[in-house]
Amino acid sequence: MGTPHFDFHALAPELILTGTILVVLVADLLFEERERWQTSRLASIGVLAALIPVITLAVDGSDRIMFGGAYTVDNFALAMKGFFLVAAYLALLMSFDYVREGDYYQGEFYFLLLTSVLGMVVIASARDLISIFVALETVSIPTFVLAAWRKHDRRSNEAGMKYFLIGVLSSAIMLYGMSFVFGLTGSTLLSDISAAVTTGGLPPLLLVGIFMTLVGFLFKVSAVPFHFWAPDTYEGAPTPVTAFLSVSSKAAGLVAMLSLVFAGFFGQPEAWQPIIWVVSAASMTIGNLVALRQTNVVRLLAYSSIAQGGFMLVPFAVAPDGTGSAATSAFEAVVIYVLIYGAMNLGAFACVIAIARRTGSAEISSYSGLMQTSPALAVVFSAFLFSLAGIPPLAGWFAKFVMFRAVLDASTPAAVVLGAIAAVNSVVAFFYYAGVARRMIFDEPATPGEQPIAVPPALTAAIGLTAAATLVIGVYPQLFAKVGELAASVS
Amino acid sequence: MNWFDSWGLTIVVFAPIVGMAIVMALPREDEQSLKVVTLLTTLVTFGFSLALVATFDYHDGGGLQFDVNRSWIDVINSRYHVGIDGISLPLVVLTTFITVACVIYTWNHFPEPHTPKAFLSLILLLETGMVGTFVAQDLILFFVFFEIVLLPMFFMIGVWGGPNRNYAAIKFFLFTMFGSAFMLLAFLAIFWKTGTFDIPELAALEGAGIVGNTQNIIFAGLFLGFAIKVPMFPFHTWLPDAHTEAPTVGSVLLAAILLKLGTYGFVRIALPVLPDAAIDWAPWIGLLAVIGIIYGAFCCLAQRDMKRLIAFSSVAHMGFVMLGIATLTDFGVNAAIFGMVAHGLITGMLFFMAGSVAERYETREMSRLGGLLTQTPRLGWLLGFLAMASLGLPGLAGFWGEFPAILSAYNPGGGLPVETFRSYMVIAAVGTVFAAGYLLWMLQRVAMGKVKAEFATARMHDVNTYEWLAWTPMLLVILALGVYPNIIFGVSNDAVRLTTAAFGG
Repeated sequence: MGTPHFDFHALAPELILTGTILVVLVADLLFEERERWQTSRLASIGVLAALIPVITLAVDGSDRIMFGGAYTVDNFALAMKGFFLVAAYLALLMSFDYVREGDYYQGEFYFLLLTSVLGMVVIASARDLISIFVALETVSIPTFVLAAWRKHDRRSNEAGMKYFLIGVLSSAIMLYGMSFVFGLTGSTLLSDISAAVTTGGLPPLLLVGIFMTLVGFLFKVSAVPFHFWAPDTYEGAPTPVTAFLSVSSKAAGLVAMLSLVFAGFFGQPEAWQPIIWVVSAASMTIGNLVALRQTNVVRLLAYSSIAQGGFMLVPFAVAPDGTGSAATSAFEAVVIYVLIYGAMNLGAFACVIAIARRTGSAEISSYSGLMQTSPALAVVFSAFLFSLAGIPPLAGWFAKFVMFRAVLDASTPAAVVLGAIAAVNSVVAFFYYAGVARRMIFDEPATPGEQPIAVPPALTAAIGLTAAATLVIGVYPQLFAKVGELAASVS
Repeated sequence: MNWFDSWGLTIVVFAPIVGMAIVMALPREDEQSLKVVTLLTTLVTFGFSLALVATFDYHDGGGLQFDVNRSWIDVINSRYHVGIDGISLPLVVLTTFITVACVIYTWNHFPEPHTPKAFLSLILLLETGMVGTFVAQDLILFFVFFEIVLLPMFFMIGVWGGPNRNYAAIKFFLFTMFGSAFMLLAFLAIFWKTGTFDIPELAALEGAGIVGNTQNIIFAGLFLGFAIKVPMFPFHTWLPDAHTEAPTVGSVLLAAILLKLGTYGFVRIALPVLPDAAIDWAPWIGLLAVIGIIYGAFCCLAQRDMKRLIAFSSVAHMGFVMLGIATLTDFGVNAAIFGMVAHGLITGMLFFMAGSVAERYETREMSRLGGLLTQTPRLGWLLGFLAMASLGLPGLAGFWGEFPAILSAYNPGGGLPVETFRSYMVIAAVGTVFAAGYLLWMLQRVAMGKVKAEFATARMHDVNTYEWLAWTPMLLVILALGVYPNIIFGVSNDAVRLTTAAFGG
């Protein structure tokens, strides 16, 4: 093999992030206590700087393959890296005042957040079982700590502990599954696995291996029945961390699944298609039905994100059917769905954080009559909720649309049934999304005469950016669709 | 006027959004300028739609005019394609016209809570959605506009509605959304079979490429989407609730225009794109239509609330429109187009009346009302005039929607079973008698007789200036269309002939 070939341009985003992580860690020691908030600024600059090589690489456009095929920088990887970095920037904006006012360990917080982001940026390029696993652990381990950040709060401890135990369990299952896959195919490279799987048939042990590998990722994307950790963790964790978990961490799991399924196991759909079909239908249905009963907005968004995860799995479940274009359109559907879901869900959480600044609570009842005290916030939050429900002209409709298109490109009976389940579920979902909006807009405030909520600049920026993205993508989806199309050209 | 050909329609669609942006930028205390800006916006929009009327080439009413076809979402082959033909034109003008009347009416009839900024913004957003639906020539564009309409109406009912508004608003939304989810699936299925979302292209294909039973299944999706919106029996249950709870202006817009989005969908998309399935489905649609006519009438006779009665009368009237469409003849579809416009004007006016009566007497219970003719004679006479128009008195607009629709069922197109449709004809004809029954009954209870004791000493204002300003044009048009129906038939006929050409009608 010789010495590995280093393409520093291709690795620049990871290198810049690594540098930033070290700077943040050291800076935290050097700054005075009241100057510690500056670490957030450093982290933001680092994340934005890491975006620059992503853009130059995208302009350059050529695929770069390193480390014997284990690490690939192609359009898909770049699109996802860009997404992870932008999402990280938004998470930083959302955390800024929360962490600063909470008197938490600021430097460490940003250090851990960025480390997790580094794992995500790596996972987008990983095309090898081992690098996928390592990257996924880099994503997960810092988030275990972040979930338990409010260490004097029992719920936060519970959140971290639950997340940790389930996360470790799923990693173990996944690793065990990967060992079977490696044992039977003789390689950890996805391209080799793909070749071996396509030609070599499907011995029962390989079926078990693929199944267990996928289960690990299904835990990560909190799909039913592997979702039990999510609502408790989401509720207990600091809200900016919850936003990060529900968007970036979930997206990391999906990105890894995209690589595994489309670049690795695609030749043997029997091994994974039925499982994903069932998991997808169950996630949509159970996530939505349980969400209907929630009285806490964060728990509601947790179940909503389980259901949204189900929608994102639909294209996987139909990808192998139909003609050649079905796989491409399924791949594209997942990428576009993830991008749009990221914008609207981060926005929704940013609004929750803003509203909790006054009410100190995420109970839906405390949202009553928000329209009368803070009309702008009520309108924007409603817009995010309606976008999640998929109402045009907000971005969510296009995500649902590409998902349905993948279903019809496949057009087998199983696919159509799944599509119908998704259609019914999107109506059910509307009910609870609108429920929150109704509270805010139709109802009278619980305590009249409240002052409007003062939203700090960083949070306003986060809300403004996500709201603008949600509206612009909804009216002119071509912008994002192009990214999805380019990314899918890889598959 | 070359630039107008390419920009005219886009201006009519998006001018309200621009107005809405201005309204949202104004301070909410400055009620007067909020109203003035909104009124000016709707007037400008109406003016541009009149310019469309003036420059429309009536010799080519069947072809698309003011046709604009630009790239929008290339990756899914959906384009920004707008254009109008003789079917769209009357509906576009109806929309811009009614919206102006609504804004004038709100001038001094503001629903509670008194938040003009939000309310007027929603009216403008609604206008964009409604006009956009009538001009969209691309299925996805149509879907987006069709859905944009939902949110403003949801909020209008939910914020400014009556006591049971919360339930009514969510019911309205869930019903329509359920339908449109399946409509979207149907659109995708059409695309998957033909490779295009372009409505004129699809119409030219006349269903080629979508064979046999597939057409019927796809039609089912479209049917759900449109029939819930119309609403047809048995999907109508959201309508009385929505109407009863909605503020007056909301009811007017709902009855006058939103319901037409459904019937328009049948004429514009379902019939021309899936002609074979339309023939298979037509007898069933006709059946549901006549059930709606009779059922709506019976429900009207059981109402105690004046507004709810008018709401159920919509179910019956839309039954006539759907019967006209179900005959698949140019005669029937022309009647349906006319019926849509006439129902929009007449029922819209009736909801205005109900709102004004309720505002004066603070009740809509017909058992408590009475003697409108003695207490507020002008209001009473107007109600009489509209009741006559609504029951289809010749010489007023209602007649030309109803009578030809019934007549067209005598000889349905597309090889439909003649006996079935003739039976429908008889039932529908009986329905007109019921219609006369419930409308006159309402008139009698509300306008005639003596003023009830509780209101005998109250001083009631008769029709005020703003009401006259809002209503007079509508009343004049109802009369004009009744006397000279060719205003609409002349415009719509060419386009309708093209639509029904596939059925040999």
